[in-house]
Amino acid sequence: MIALIDYGSGNVASVVNALTELKEEFKVTNNEVEICKADKIIFPGVGEASFAIRQLHMLNLFSALRMIKKPMLGICLGLQLMADHSTEGNVACLGIFRVNVEKFDPAKTKVPHMGWNDIQIKSSSKLFNGIESGERFYFANSFYIPVNVCTTAVTDNNGTLFSSAMEKENFYGVQFHPEKSGDAGLRLIKNFIELC
Amino acid sequence: MLCKRIIPCLDVKDGRVVKGTNFINLIDAGSPVELAERYSKEGADELVFLDITASSEKRKTLVELVKDVAKAIRIPFTVGGGISELSDIELLLKAGADKVSLNSSIVKNPELITKASRQFGSQAVVAAIDVKYNGTEYKVYIKGGREETDLIGMEWCKRVAELGAGEILLTSMDRDGTKEGYDLKFLKELSSVVSVPVIASGGAGKKEDFLSAFKDANVDACLAASLFHFNILPIKDLKYYLKENNVAVRI
Repeated sequence: MIALIDYGSGNVASVVNALTELKEEFKVTNNEVEICKADKIIFPGVGEASFAIRQLHMLNLFSALRMIKKPMLGICLGLQLMADHSTEGNVACLGIFRVNVEKFDPAKTKVPHMGWNDIQIKSSSKLFNGIESGERFYFANSFYIPVNVCTTAVTDNNGTLFSSAMEKENFYGVQFHPEKSGDAGLRLIKNFIELC
Repeated sequence: MLCKRIIPCLDVKDGRVVKGTNFINLIDAGSPVELAERYSKEGADELVFLDITASSEKRKTLVELVKDVAKAIRIPFTVGGGISELSDIELLLKAGADKVSLNSSIVKNPELITKASRQFGSQAVVAAIDVKYNGTEYKVYIKGGREETDLIGMEWCKRVAELGAGEILLTSMDRDGTKEGYDLKFLKELSSVVSVPVIASGGAGKKEDFLSAFKDANVDACLAASLFHFNILPIKDLKYYLKENNVAVRI
């Protein structure tokens, strides 16, 4: 069973639709026990970081998500919330990835970074099984995680390189929206479920 | 490298896609879901649904439409048309839309942009702006182009970006339906003064119009309706043409 975390930040409908298309069994939940009992966890999110962290505290999920030992996939804001700190709302995040979330500089590039961009794979990952470097995914982000030791793929936003995928132990994260990225996106979700 | 986007726009009335010129002579063009699937297969990067239903059942049919479309396609889509309440935005995003486009409602209530972008993220809030040149300046129109406002086009565009809109969908009413090309002059200035992505709309008649919007006016996305609906310009052909001319597109 896959737990799809619904903590009131952004829509889970698209991930629900993607999992349904993949014919996967899943449960939409914000219950700590259910999440801890699941085999895999998907942690989506759109919206604002400090609001999202507040929601995690209120639902008593903050500590649980940090301690989880099952494979967990953060998507977009979900990935950013797994960092140490976000400049969006100046908030302390889960601290899984020891790196801070930065804002794109509007003097250098359009913000939000919105649309289809390619990823360059930097280290092999089960997530990328059957997915080649240069594959395009759909992004919609104003904030980003700089390239760091956990980065497995990078993307170039008009000169600013950032982490489009990250991995550490049982924690995985992607900055793009695989649930909105056509066949390649579905493939990545399937890889997470079947291989990670 | 971030790709330039091609976005078909579908007008929807009572849950069906309609085709017509300036809301006149509307003909039924089929189911939104089927068309969405078709465009998605042909390589559209995103879709925009513009609801022109006037009835009181509007919200209900729009939410149902969003649910059905979200189940059928794995690319992002925007819905717009008469959205004026935060609660409506929430319903539509929860139903599976990625963005909402706001037009008349934000002219009357600019705070809606800020509230919506704080709650849902600026990436979910598209400011749709219709402008018309009166010989000396570009004025902003609302209510589907029926009502002139006191707002100056470029000033209003800057303002919506400051208020938190994540994108600007700029329609030139002078060019809309003419097939004479996008309003490059306005779009070029707009792209240089705002830091949010700009979507060009109104006037696309041939593939060269898309190329000049991307190359000369530096827009981030181009929207068109009839060209794609009537299959005058298949999306695949357009994208290969753009690629040959060194525009980064997703093929």
